[in-house]
Amino acid sequence: MSEKRIRVPFDPGAAESLKSGDTVLLSGTIYTARDAAHKRMAEQLENGEALPVDLEGQVIYYVGPTPARPGEVIGSAGPTTSSRMDAYTPALLSHGLKGMIGKGYRSREVIDAIQKNNAVYMVAIGGTGALLARKITASALVAYEDLGTEAIRRLEVEDFPCIVINDSEGNDFYESSQQSFSND
Amino acid sequence: MKVIQYTEIVDEVSRICQEANFDLAEDVVNAFKESVKTESSAAGKSILNQLIENADIATSNRVPMCQDTGVSVFLVKLGQDCHITGGRLEDAINEGVRKGYDEGYLRYSIVDDPITRKNTGDNTPAVIHIELVEGDTLDVQMSAKGGGAENMSAMKMLTPSAGLDGVKDFIMKTVKEAGPNACPPLVVGIGIGGNFEVAPYLAKKSLFRPVGERHPDKDIAALEMELHEAVNRLGIGPQGLGGDTTALDIKVETAPCHIAALPVAVNLNCHASRHKHFVI
Ligand code: SF4
Repeated sequence: MSEKRIRVPFDPGAAESLKSGDTVLLSGTIYTARDAAHKRMAEQLENGEALPVDLEGQVIYYVGPTPARPGEVIGSAGPTTSSRMDAYTPALLSHGLKGMIGKGYRSREVIDAIQKNNAVYMVAIGGTGALLARKITASALVAYEDLGTEAIRRLEVEDFPCIVINDSEGNDFYESSQQSFSND
Repeated sequence: MKVIQYTEIVDEVSRICQEANFDLAEDVVNAFKESVKTESSAAGKSILNQLIENADIATSNRVPMCQDTGVSVFLVKLGQDCHITGGRLEDAINEGVRKGYDEGYLRYSIVDDPITRKNTGDNTPAVIHIELVEGDTLDVQMSAKGGGAENMSAMKMLTPSAGLDGVKDFIMKTVKEAGPNACPPLVVGIGIGGNFEVAPYLAKKSLFRPVGERHPDKDIAALEMELHEAVNRLGIGPQGLGGDTTALDIKVETAPCHIAALPVAVNLNCHASRHKHFVI
């Protein structure tokens, strides 16, 4: 377990270097997408269409931010529950996606797909959208504008704090960390 | 008889919708501070401190503490000697939500249809529960209820032979399965008894009681404390990353029920337990 500063999108080999339990500070570019955007991306893949974003090496942040006040970059912007994206995730991983930021458990299929594709699943602290918004320095609409808060946005982040849950070796930090405190 | 203006309700509702999202209530902030003292996980302590910092930023910058500004849920106690003029009470509440979510730059999180799913674009309709009471005051409690914790809530029609042990098992199972998804530390609301629709309503209602306040009935109060300790022994901890603070509090409400039934509902609330109140 250690704290690592990492550039995103990931350089080759960078996602694999992150281990379950690591604290990571991400800087660079990430993309937002949640339920409705995932559904639409899955439909596009099914129809053989190109995705609005080239996912190679990229990180998706599961977030639906609140509107920015005038003069602000973004409103509140914390993670949403990742499991709702599980059904769509293996397909995106096989199209080059390397990292995801959300909160909560992933399915067995997703954990396996993360390992197979040398990717990484990280969490940010759920319910700290005011704090996390301070680590976002720019936000631009990329696709699916009609989805409102669920549209895809490109975010510039600086030292965005995450914790690695599922790594490319198949480890699960939720499992190991909860076990050490359970007196059940 | 007291006359209450429609517009007065709209303005008050708008105000508390915003305050609920910007100003975390003191009972919750105090619970964070108390938990920092007892939490034995270093990561857990750090998370609790970040929750306190997040609440401070939200208050001073007028930015929602969480981006999920929720379903707007209202518990209304309407004194039967009140006379509301200028429009319907429900309309006034929905108009207040529309105004508050717009002026406060809050997120619109409601879709018009569960299957076709088009965003209504103003966070209405609100969920409104109205009770008629004695007197001439209008008492309105509002909660911004996030989807993450609501999705992990559960209800079960147990039968009498399951007894209190069956109830406890179901509560533990629900909290365990929720794990990090419901954004612990949680406030756990429990409804026991009533029938298929009453138990979840009791659970929801219990979440409006301040964190740290015990039920007036001493047997229920003892059950709340016992359950709180048991839940914190699960080890889930803040954000499910291990620790002693899985729940900030547990609330129990009960109601009479059928001789054949033992309904139990567990309504989870996340640490962003946002509730505000006004009285006219
Ligand atoms: S569960 Fe609560 S704290 Fe977590 S994201 Fe949803 S509303 Fe926010």
